[in-house]
Amino acid sequence: MVWVYLQFGGGLETLFDSVKSHKVEIPSKKKEGLSDRTTVKGVINYIQKKMLKKNPEMFLKGKELRPGILVLINDIDWELGGKEECIVENNDVVLFLSTLHGG
Amino acid sequence: MEGAWRGGGLDKEEVERYARQLVLPSFGVANQRKLKESSVLVVGAGGLGSPVCLYLAAAGVGRIGVVDHDHVEKSNLHRQVLHAEDQVGTHKAVSASISMHRLNSTTTVETHVDGFRPKAALKLVEGYDVVVDASDNPATRYCVNDACVIANRPLVSGAAIGTDGQLSVYNHGEGGPCYRCVWPDPPASGSCQRCSDHGVLGVLPGIIGTLQALETIKVITGIGECTSGKLLMFDGLCTGFRTLKLRGRQASCAACGPEATITRDTIAAYDYEAKCGGPMHDRGEGACLKVLGKDRRVSCSRLSERMEEAVGRGGDRDFVLMDVRPRPEFDFAHLPGSVSLPMEDLEEAASGGEGAGLGAYVDNGKDVLVVCRRGNDSQVAVRRLEEAGVANAFDVEGGLQSWSQTVDPTFPLY
Ligand SMILES: [Zn+2]
Repeated sequence: MVWVYLQFGGGLETLFDSVKSHKVEIPSKKKEGLSDRTTVKGVINYIQKKMLKKNPEMFLKGKELRPGILVLINDIDWELGGKEECIVENNDVVLFLSTLHGG
Repeated sequence: MEGAWRGGGLDKEEVERYARQLVLPSFGVANQRKLKESSVLVVGAGGLGSPVCLYLAAAGVGRIGVVDHDHVEKSNLHRQVLHAEDQVGTHKAVSASISMHRLNSTTTVETHVDGFRPKAALKLVEGYDVVVDASDNPATRYCVNDACVIANRPLVSGAAIGTDGQLSVYNHGEGGPCYRCVWPDPPASGSCQRCSDHGVLGVLPGIIGTLQALETIKVITGIGECTSGKLLMFDGLCTGFRTLKLRGRQASCAACGPEATITRDTIAAYDYEAKCGGPMHDRGEGACLKVLGKDRRVSCSRLSERMEEAVGRGGDRDFVLMDVRPRPEFDFAHLPGSVSLPMEDLEEAASGGEGAGLGAYVDNGKDVLVVCRRGNDSQVAVRRLEEAGVANAFDVEGGLQSWSQTVDPTFPLY
């Protein structure tokens, strides 16, 4: 099991009862000699199965994350760390962010 | 006389005016001169553009261009502090120029009253050193970005809605990404919140716009470190700032990549409204949805008649008046005797979820007249009620906006 903080911003929180931060426990496969870990893909999968109640099309496109949503692991763009293959470990913060437009 | 003084190129008036920042070791006269010699284009004279214009004019930027297409409305005043009560109805760019001139008559202000359009985008952006995106819709944001990339201008971008804000400097510095590198795809249209629908706490764009003015001054003078390759997030409810590290320039980017498809030759004809998330403005739209046929719709004047008839019967209404707007809107103004059932709750009640279902709202046999702000949601609601077995539901055409315009002008128009 991996404990992670899932956060949603830029309006995405409205898909999750308008709560911006959630602490969740995500099942993971135990590997010899390694700490418990999952990937961003595993996190998205968990959100799809356990958290996303309504308007899944605002968050997903098929099984993948909807284009236009930025993912940051511990405040660093997932593009800098392998996108959906980014490793997520205990106490990591995974932020899903949409761009704001109002002015 | 021979005793005249020497300085860094500013006259007595200027030295006295800008003295408090001239004495700053990290700023000084050389940087003040850079501001004086610089020009900035501010796209949008609204909530963000207000502090941007005011602080840049006050700071002594030599030439400021303001782009807008709208006129000042009463509902702008709580956040768009460039504009005052006596400027309601004035074009925003003109109003902005009046306010800036009042503040600093030595700054040259240029007004661009037709808004930011793809056709004129490049020419507009090329006329200035730095561009500030203070617009209010995704299509304009993509268009401003693309023009900045093509013209090689730094872009100071800010956004604010509700109680949240974002800030970044794009297309600037070694390998700094452009807006499209970070956000290659526009957000889902339903998740794209507009100030006109979703609301914004007035001070929020004030905070983000003020930071945009700071970043602009840093881009012009080169002092400090810009928010380039970074995104600053502000959460107004917990007063929290957070700096996120962004990717660098992307080879796959349609604007700044080696195989860019949006270029000097194509930008003017690029269909931003179709490809980048909707109209290039955030005006409160009138009823535009047509879900229902004529037999399912009643006019505001007919609703008014039925209300009057009921008063004649001693208040006994032969219909239910259902208001499907979000609760905060119902709380500040609603029609007498209307019941509040926001769209979300309606959806839940209609799908037979927990709660009492629709029974608590629908009085057996009576017509259900559904009203919302502009007459769009109410049509969707009527369709939903029909599906849930309520046969005699009707849409009040044009919503409360039309009510205010055609029946009761004392009802707030917002
Ligand atoms: Zn780019």
